[in-house]
Amino acid sequence: MNRRMVIFTLGQMVLLEAVLLLLPILVSALYGEACIKALALTAGGCVLAGALLMLAGRTKNRVIYAKEGFLIVSLAWISLSALGALPFFISGEIPNYIDAFFETVSGFTTTGASILTNLEKMSRGLLFWRSFTHWVGGMGVLVFIMAIVPNVSERSIHIIRAEMPGPIVGKLVPRVKDTAKILYLIYIGLTVLEIILLVAGKMPLYDSIVHTFGTAGTGGFGIKGDSIASYSPYLQWVITVFMLLFGINFNVFYLLLARRFRAAAKSTEVWTYLAIVGVSVAAIAVNIRHMYATIAETVRLSAFQVASIITTTGYSTCDFNLWPGFSKSVLLVLMFIGACAGSTGGGLKGSRLMILVKMGRNELRHLIHPRSVTTVKLEGKQLDAATLHNVANYFILYMLAFFSLFLAVSLDRFDIETDFSAVAACFNNIGPGFGAVGPAASYAAYSPLSKIVLSLAMLLGRLEIFPVILMFVPSTWTKK
Amino acid sequence: MKIIIVGCGKIGTTVIQSLVSEDHDVVAVDWDRNVVNEITNIYDVIGVCGSGADCETLREADAAHAELFASLTGNDEVNMLACFIAKRMGARHTIARVRNTGYSEQSIGYMRQQLDISMTVNPEALSAQELFHILRLPGAVNMETFSRRSFEMAEFKLRADSPLSGMTLADMRRRYKANFLVGVVQRGENVYIPDGSFTLRDGDRIGLTADAAEMMKLIRLMGITQKQAKSVMIIGASRTAFYLAKMMLAGGANVKIIEKDKERCRTFSESLEGAVIINGDGARQELLMEEGLTRMDGFVALTGMDEENILLSYYAQEAGVPKVISKVNRSEFALMADKLGLECVVSPKKVISDIFVRYARALRSSIGSKIETLYKLMDGRAEALEFIAQSDFKYLHVPLKDIMLRPNMLIAGIIRGRKSIIPTGEDVITAGDRVVVLTARSRMSDLSDMVR
Repeated sequence: MNRRMVIFTLGQMVLLEAVLLLLPILVSALYGEACIKALALTAGGCVLAGALLMLAGRTKNRVIYAKEGFLIVSLAWISLSALGALPFFISGEIPNYIDAFFETVSGFTTTGASILTNLEKMSRGLLFWRSFTHWVGGMGVLVFIMAIVPNVSERSIHIIRAEMPGPIVGKLVPRVKDTAKILYLIYIGLTVLEIILLVAGKMPLYDSIVHTFGTAGTGGFGIKGDSIASYSPYLQWVITVFMLLFGINFNVFYLLLARRFRAAAKSTEVWTYLAIVGVSVAAIAVNIRHMYATIAETVRLSAFQVASIITTTGYSTCDFNLWPGFSKSVLLVLMFIGACAGSTGGGLKGSRLMILVKMGRNELRHLIHPRSVTTVKLEGKQLDAATLHNVANYFILYMLAFFSLFLAVSLDRFDIETDFSAVAACFNNIGPGFGAVGPAASYAAYSPLSKIVLSLAMLLGRLEIFPVILMFVPSTWTKK
Repeated sequence: MKIIIVGCGKIGTTVIQSLVSEDHDVVAVDWDRNVVNEITNIYDVIGVCGSGADCETLREADAAHAELFASLTGNDEVNMLACFIAKRMGARHTIARVRNTGYSEQSIGYMRQQLDISMTVNPEALSAQELFHILRLPGAVNMETFSRRSFEMAEFKLRADSPLSGMTLADMRRRYKANFLVGVVQRGENVYIPDGSFTLRDGDRIGLTADAAEMMKLIRLMGITQKQAKSVMIIGASRTAFYLAKMMLAGGANVKIIEKDKERCRTFSESLEGAVIINGDGARQELLMEEGLTRMDGFVALTGMDEENILLSYYAQEAGVPKVISKVNRSEFALMADKLGLECVVSPKKVISDIFVRYARALRSSIGSKIETLYKLMDGRAEALEFIAQSDFKYLHVPLKDIMLRPNMLIAGIIRGRKSIIPTGEDVITAGDRVVVLTARSRMSDLSDMVR
């Protein structure tokens, strides 16, 4: 294993965090807030630690393999969160470090689960940092490094593969660096567009930026106790549409920009995703029709909540905890489905689900015609056995991990609905669940142990299990 | 620059590797999904799975916007068809690998013209040519020619008893009054572009440039030479062996080819007039001795197996054959061969990747004084390039000593008409000259790149 290269890349990443911290420093300077000290101190620490790591990891051998790629990604995300939590802790606005860590992991993994009970009390600089972690975590920190640092490493495709969600990570253009650049340009472009549309709808600039970060990363941190509910219907619709957009595979945007419309239209995953959204919105709207005055309001609330959950964002415009059981069940199912592969969203991912369904159908066919030869195709392309294995194994691990986490969290004194939905919401990077962790409540009441377990759940969900689990496999670390 | 490579076999992979290291955007196409996966794991390229002659595949690879399209599969007809379709789709330049010995020069020329293919390459013929050059000058480990063979660069390894070790280059020049230049020296891992005060040592690998006629004389003076190989034993009746034997025979040499397969022996004996074809296992030492291995001037191992080639060459070297050459495809084996003391290892892949690197660089500098020839020297650590100076070159008629060259650059030769000049500070470049430049650690695509 190329340990030096792992350390070197970690150093680069920690340095990058220092650069990222400049933005919230600027914001708190503009508002003249006291949290600037904590932010600056953390940034300074990051510069120091990053430089030391890069020095320690200097090496001529820049070749890395899949193993190093996984390791770099999981270590990077953990250290990024551990360091990113410091401003909250140092400034004293979140006095408990475990809480601060939970909040930051929730930020970077674009979960949006919060332990804060009184958002209005927080300083604007720190709230900005909290939401900015969503934006950074959405497309991936290491993908960002790929895009800006020259000659990161040979075979850096392994890093992108480990960080980008989805069963098959392809490149848009021949070079990894250019692919990373294109992804980020699309990401930045959509972000700017949303900010403009929100400002045009008379949302204050600060609020627009923060909410756009939450939407873009499909995170869900807001700055108000009632999330998006107090904003105008126009603003709610803008956020609904953008949540759905950020849940679409970015390759499709690239194809559209490259004017390859026919190729873009072939993406069955996106069509399936949109169909699921459409059906769910309709079903919930019918189910909750009696609770609201107008059809417009009903559809708006239904669409917002559906978009928020399926893209794993976690914003809300009403307390869906009060909805009838059927609507809540639909939302719970959507939590597991998640967005498209190659988007910023979490969950199982549409393409994986489609592959699983097709594999299941083939299995049935085998039972009826034992000698039949079958293949699984996705978007017109035949999938090889390795991909199918990977998807099936992923699903098994996903279920195992889910129920282990669920058991661990249920040691706390909450009811089963709360625990189940809390783990589902964290593991799938959504944020709010049902019961005591519903949109109107927070995760503050959980014990420190549960908070750590839930932080782990968020990391497992965002990095798609394998990288995190590999960290705990002894043979990853031995020299053999 | 966007380049599509169809066929990711040995040749294709090497080409991809060298083009990626030149920072091109490469799309790799192969029909085998596993091969494509492997390639995309190792190199920074995008992979497309499918047949190179299928327009669907080419559309997916976006052949319409490719600057260079090369089809390097083992099938000539597929290669030509793929190039033809790609050209029709809008690819700017196309290169097809055509290697069937059945196609004559004329018929290849006709097809190239009719199908609008920019260039055809034949890796086997090219490596045969390289082998031929080395056999012609057995003291050299490697031999490259410029400007239609009138100017040469030979690489030598200084043995322990060489009269050159301990000599500075200035001394060397005073001692041998011939017109030559030591342009590049490899010592261990490092490659130097030396100046006059540079002292040579045992084990150095030196690159010497001189006029073709001068080279022979010079080598005799220095006492490195052995006589030109007149009787050569070739193991393995491969395509390369065919081309090599043909050239050797034309030069009046005796050629003995040993091949296991009876059918191949028959085809060879039909088409190679004058060569002795032996049907037998070349790995059997008894057979080699029986066929007079010890009396040979040259031994070339060209079987399809690298390991076999290395072992056979080692045996031939021990048996005292003056010039032993082994064909080794895999670069990691080439290193091993070097450790075993086999100086002369030829890789057919290197020849072809040099050609692609040159072609791609020449395309990159679409105006100005483009590259005519490019050779990677000293395991790719240095390069020798040949340019034709155009009338818009800024430093025409400027004495060379007044041109500020970038570090690790050297003008090794100027060829004006039939005359080759080993330049001194007073010489000038005039329009239409062919200029040979040596460089270490930098990439040139235009003659003006050498100026600071």
